Amino acid sequence: MSREKILAAVKFNQPAALPLPDMEVLNTLTDVRTDLVSKYKTIATAGGSFVYEVNSFDEIKTIINNEFKPGVKIISALDELSDYIYAETVKHEDGHNFADVELTVLRTQLGVAENGALWLTEKDMGSRVLPFIAQHLAVVIGKDNFVPTMAQAYQVIGAADYGYGAFISGPSKTADIEQSLVIGAHGPRSLSVFILS
Amino acid sequence: MSTTTTKDHPHLAADFNRDEPRVNWHDETLWWVRAKRDIAAHKLPEWELLRETASQIKFNVLSNLSTYLEQFEANATKNGIIVHWAADAAEHNQIVHSLLEQRGITKMVKSKSMLTEECHLNDYLKDHGIDVIDSDLGERIVQLANEPPSHIVLPCIHKKKEEIGDIFHEHLGSAKGESDPKILTETARQHLREVFLTRRAALTGVNFAVAETGEFVICTNEGNADMGAHLAEIHIASMGIEKLIPERKHLGVFLRLLTRSATGQPITTYSSHFSKPRDGSEIHIIIVDNGRSIQLGREEFRNSLKCIRCGACMNTCPVYRKSGGHSYHTAVAGPIGSILAPNLDMKKYADLPFASTLCGSCSNVCPVKIDIHDQLYKWRQVIVKEGYSPKAKTMAMKAMALTLASPALYRMGGKTGRLVFKYAPFAVNNKLNPWYNQREMPKAPDESFGEWYAKRKGAKNS
Repeated sequence: MSREKILAAVKFNQPAALPLPDMEVLNTLTDVRTDLVSKYKTIATAGGSFVYEVNSFDEIKTIINNEFKPGVKIISALDELSDYIYAETVKHEDGHNFADVELTVLRTQLGVAENGALWLTEKDMGSRVLPFIAQHLAVVIGKDNFVPTMAQAYQVIGAADYGYGAFISGPSKTADIEQSLVIGAHGPRSLSVFILS
Repeated sequence: MSTTTTKDHPHLAADFNRDEPRVNWHDETLWWVRAKRDIAAHKLPEWELLRETASQIKFNVLSNLSTYLEQFEANATKNGIIVHWAADAAEHNQIVHSLLEQRGITKMVKSKSMLTEECHLNDYLKDHGIDVIDSDLGERIVQLANEPPSHIVLPCIHKKKEEIGDIFHEHLGSAKGESDPKILTETARQHLREVFLTRRAALTGVNFAVAETGEFVICTNEGNADMGAHLAEIHIASMGIEKLIPERKHLGVFLRLLTRSATGQPITTYSSHFSKPRDGSEIHIIIVDNGRSIQLGREEFRNSLKCIRCGACMNTCPVYRKSGGHSYHTAVAGPIGSILAPNLDMKKYADLPFASTLCGSCSNVCPVKIDIHDQLYKWRQVIVKEGYSPKAKTMAMKAMALTLASPALYRMGGKTGRLVFKYAPFAVNNKLNPWYNQREMPKAPDESFGEWYAKRKGAKNS
């Protein structure tokens, strides 16, 4: 009943139709594809991410093994990093079971240079809660997977069908107490980004 | 947590101004956020084009809102989201309560939603035996302090870390006297993690809802909306009808503007797109009107519905910075709140459009180019015409109109004023004159321009 009432009131009160703006100028103006990796690196680092440029998955494994104690729970969504629990095999589990995950490792095909954001969909995550509930998050991205701005990011995403997707640009953080930046609010205490050449 | 005060903005601002060092600290902290916004904005050469584009998209939304609402409903439903409609705050609260009651849920975790503040949802649910815990750190702090948020983006910007330390010591068991933000945040993390893991229901706000796809987007830095939603069996999202945008690609405009304007970050840590419920869970979205369709019909004020709630107008406002968010006695404070609130209750919020110097800084920083200071000025006219203006102000305005309309009275008034300033300054420089608070009265000239001109003319002619 309220539905009809609201829609009727909106219809009655809304002004005469105005056109949507042309987005082309903005899209073209921002489409500058030089030094995307170094731009990304600068912005992401300023936002609190740890960025590593690596040549192989073995390098990634070495870094992870150096940073994390043996025996901690690590879930990986990558075939190439199979020493850990494979996200695909646990994706139907209740999200609460992941409360003790120390590190989640995911892979993305899309990163944004202007703001350090990485696009991850439910498919990339295995389970939606995994990039949030883990104490630490790591994301692997190819060096050619960067776009300059969000304008190009949504061109890449296009009409993709996903149940859930998120841009993640750093570790969980807050500045709610006197504007002092604190890393590690409710989500991961760190974000490591591996840029694979 | 509703503000039950009947004091108006000048009185509440006067309360806030009793502690001068705190006012200065509040002022400087917010100005620092405003300065960070400037740095972020100036990094983008296309910033003004971005604002203009966002503004035009929002104009298009307002002019086709009924179509977009229906389109969003159809697409969200196709995605498996259950859509509800609420005409007002009461209906919104009832829908939330019945969804919880049907499932026997008595505890809920809630991420930031200014709409639920506007609807006083927490109070309503508390009265109905539902325990609500706010999960945004700032909101949790003000909730424990039994206060409403004082800022839409920085809910506890008015609180000192020592006060937060005391609150956490009392409620969350942190060490007495502990005021290190790192340690206090860790205390909240442990406390809220337990909450996230034990709540069956999560409520979130909505930053943007996309008509084309039926998805909605929530932006946080803490990850609290996601922690709540992904662990709960039911996710309720509350949104005002104005949150619609036409197409997914338009997110590429708004997500570039929102956080740069709010805090100077290039984007929030998390921009989460909810399209379908995950297996075994439900997503409900409540589309709320609560006076918005009326504002849409007010030609002079409908632009206020373009707002994306970044808070930039508050951070820049000299009145907000020096009077504090609570002095606005409404859920959304500051310049934007002062043009939204009179739509809901013109009498109760008649003071707010006057809580501005009309300097125009708010309009200059607004990412969707709302003519905020013009609307404040227009509200003043409407409020006076409808007879809601403050009594003292009405009398003073009438006296001034009379004086300005009569040359004789004008000359006499000027003369009296100058004599008083010269020989009896204590008559104006006293506590009874509110203009004198925090200000020195100027020295009066010996003669008026009229007198000087007449004398000069006389001298020339002689």
